[in-house]
Order: sequence, then structure tokens, then C-alpha cells
Amino acid sequence: MAEVEESSKPLFAGLSDISISEDIPVEGDISVPVGSQSADNDFSTLDEPVKDTILRDLKAVGQKFVHVMYPKKSSALLRDWDLWGPLLLCVTLALMLQGGSVDSEEDGRPQFAEVFVIIWFGSVIITLNTKLLGGTISFFQSLCVLGYCILPLTVAMIVCRIVLVGGSGLVSFVVRLIVVTASFSWSTFASTAFLADSQPPNRKALVVYPVFLFYFVIGWMILTFSPSH
Amino acid sequence: MATPDDLTFQEFEEAADLLSSNPGASTLSISSPGAAASSGEVRLDLSDDEDKQQESSELLGGEKQTGGFWTFEYYQSFFNVDTMQVLDRIKGSVMPLPGRNFVKHHIRNNPDLYGPFWICVTLVFSVAISGDLYTFLIKMGDPEFHYRPQFNKVSIAAVTVFLYAWLVPLGVWGFLTWRQSVERHISGYTFLETVCVYGYSLFIYIPTSILWTIPVYWFEWLLMAIALVISGSVLVMTFWPAVRDDTRLTAFATMAVIVSLHALLAVGFKLYFFETPKSTGSPHSGQQTTPAANHTLAVGKH
Repeated sequence: MAEVEESSKPLFAGLSDISISEDIPVEGDISVPVGSQSADNDFSTLDEPVKDTILRDLKAVGQKFVHVMYPKKSSALLRDWDLWGPLLLCVTLALMLQGGSVDSEEDGRPQFAEVFVIIWFGSVIITLNTKLLGGTISFFQSLCVLGYCILPLTVAMIVCRIVLVGGSGLVSFVVRLIVVTASFSWSTFASTAFLADSQPPNRKALVVYPVFLFYFVIGWMILTFSPSH
Repeated sequence: MATPDDLTFQEFEEAADLLSSNPGASTLSISSPGAAASSGEVRLDLSDDEDKQQESSELLGGEKQTGGFWTFEYYQSFFNVDTMQVLDRIKGSVMPLPGRNFVKHHIRNNPDLYGPFWICVTLVFSVAISGDLYTFLIKMGDPEFHYRPQFNKVSIAAVTVFLYAWLVPLGVWGFLTWRQSVERHISGYTFLETVCVYGYSLFIYIPTSILWTIPVYWFEWLLMAIALVISGSVLVMTFWPAVRDDTRLTAFATMAVIVSLHALLAVGFKLYFFETPKSTGSPHSGQQTTPAANHTLAVGKH
């Protein structure tokens, strides 16, 4: 390089004279991996059987259910958030809670759409509230946590329906009251355990109160569910 | 010999550099030979003063509106309260001491939307749930009564409360601002402060509605009177200083309108959600109270 500069010839002028003769042996192995599916498997799941896809998502949902039932301060729910679980729970709860047609006896019960709207709209409002107060959690993570923590209340709904089959007197009411109260406190406690770390420290009560109200209202809807005759 | 010349030359350069980087800086002309060291100190002092002045202007600035209304930070500035502040404001609305203006004493240039919004939501659900419970307790002895949760009452309660909590402050604020523009010596409140006062004044209705489930006739009306007095006095003590400089007729008329709207809300709640059924015990006794509810809605819509 220095010699070229010093001689003030145009750069690389001498390279045109160089030619590679064909009898220079080139050695080595160039092998393209034929089994390229091993790299593809990490990115495209198009080729796997449908059963695998569904089971993988179901396993993820089930794992999160376990996390909700035994709430410890873990970030598993936050890291891989998904909204399948909340959708499943919401639809189950709304189907079980809904009233029939307008003229029948169940016209006092909430309609399917009302329950659905309360759960999703309520979650959105609570998430907005959290973010406005300065929380560092993302929008969908918060929706995911709030939706998954409805699981104890859905379990309570199933238990209540079973209890109501036995009768609707005072004893069944007391049993249902205890079950619903326990499950709604469980829900609130579980969601607080997951959401606690992302809140500014002197506003924790401001964030927890709407969550408490949300699960309280859903608990009231479950408790006042009356069977049709 | 060249040293003092060099020093003065350097001082000029440093000052020129300082001026070019910060054109608004105040300059001092120092002509002593030891100027290099002191100009360094002066430079540090200037920058410190500048920071302090900026900080204090931010602290003294009243309504800090960061960004336009399409940014998230704009709305975040309305939720800039801590737990203790919200609890303190609620306490101030429940125990109004005479002479303590709620806006000046508790809100103090930091109106928030957290309190009004969540108090309204809680009020909606507490009125609906307590009303349901009350109907159940009243009709428990009736053998042909079959309990049905009146879920549609939640929607009606929600519409009423939110209309009241937003439209009435809008009207009051508009009226006060108009009077302020007509007569200069009246002090008004911003819209958010008005919404804040109304929101926090509704708090007393939450325990009132829970206690209304006790179906004892005179107790219910006693509770209503107490709640009206407390929340009405919060409103009166807030808005009286704003209208007292006006003509006596306008001042009293404004106060009367504010108090009567508040009373209408309370009476409407009581009559619609906590209706005492007539002796026939029919579940459709809501018919004759719907005019009262409609009247409340119509007034609230003004």
C-alpha cells in the first residue's frame, strides 16, 4: 500500500496482471446441510401436526392456571403472556351466568354480552388506570394477569351451580357465600402478587382498589345467580 | 510580561465561549490578573443559578400541561396523586369544616381524575348492589316472590351518576366562568377542579347507600338528610367564595340550584333503587317512581 502511494501509481493497478491458474488445488469441504428443517423448526411451525400446536398452547394455558392457583411472586405470567386463557374463562363464565330470552323468568340475569363487556371493558379500564398512575407493566401483560385471575371465580361458579342443584335454601346460600368470598379474595390476592412489582411504591393501594372492585362485582354476579325453574 | 496579557486574552475567549453557548447568560467583566481562576468559579455559579431558576419556575408553574391532548403524558398528569393524597381528599369531603375551601385546602392546584372516576364507579355498584339487597330483604317474607337480580339497574345507575358527575360541573363551571368574564372580581375554578369537587362530594353517598339496606323507614330518611347536609356543605363552602362577590340574587340562585340538584340526585336514588313496595307487594311498583327518575335524568342532562 505504502509503496503504491509513494510511487503514485493508480491503486491496484498491478492486480489486473494477476490470474489464478486453474491447476492450483483448492482443498476443503463445503457441505450445505441438507437437513435444514432443524433450523426451520425453531421459526416455522407450519409443518407440525395440528395436535402439537394445540397441545403446546393448551399446555401454556394450563401452566398459567397452575401459577394462578398457587400464586408466588413469579414473572412467568408476565413474560409469556397470552390471551387464550382469559378468553376461555370469560366465555365459560358468561355462558354460565347468562339469562335466557326477555320474556322468561331469567330476565333479571345479566345477558351474555353484558358479562363479556363487564369483564373485558373492566380489565381495559383497570389496565389504563394502572398505566396512568405510572405503572411499568405493558397493556397486554396486565390484561393477561387480570383475565387469568378470574379462574378462582369460574371455579366458584361451577361449585355454586352444583350446590344449587341440591337446593336453594339458606344453607346453600351460606355455602355459596363462603365459596364466593374465598374465591374473590383469592383472585384479588393472586393478581396483586403478580402486579405488585410494577407499581410505584406509594400508589399501590390506588392500583389494588379497582382490582378489588372488579372481582367483587363479578363475585356478586356469581352469588346472585338464581336457578331457573 | 506576556502573562497578564495572555490572561486577559484567555478570559475574553472563555467569556466569548460562554456567551456563544449560552446567549442569555449575564456577564460580569472582571479585570484582575487572577481572573482565570475566578472566571472558572463564575462559570460554575452561572450554570448553577440557571438550573435553580429553571427548577423553581417548574415548581411554581400551576397547571403543567405536558404535551397535547393526544399524548399519553397529558392524561398522566391528571393521575399524579399518591394514596395518602386521595385519602386526605376523601377525608376532607366527609368532614367539611367551616372555612376550609375544599379546592384551596385539599386540591391545591393538583386536581386529579382518579378520585372522581373511581368514586363514581363505586357509587354505581354500591347503589345497584344495595338496592338489590334491599329489595330482597323487603320481600323475603313474601312466599310468591322469586328473587331475580335486577341487573339492568346497574346500567341506569351508571348513566345517572356519570351524567351528574360530568354535566353538572360543566354547567357550574361554564356559569362561573361567564360571570367571571362579566364581573372581573370573581375568582373562578378550572373545569377539572369543579369535576374534582363534585366527584369527591359524591363519596358520602357510598356508605349511605350501603346503610340504606336497613329497611327502617325513619332511619333511611335520617341518613339521607345527613348525607345531603355533609356533601351539600362541601359544595356550598367551595362555591360560595366564588359567587359571593356577585349580586345577591345570582349568588343565592346559584347556591340554590347546586344544592337542589344534589338533593334531587339523592332523592332519586332513594326512590328508584330503594323503593318501599306498596301493601300489595307487587314487584312492578317501580311504575310510579319512574317519573322521579326521569326528572332526575332530565335535570342532570341540562
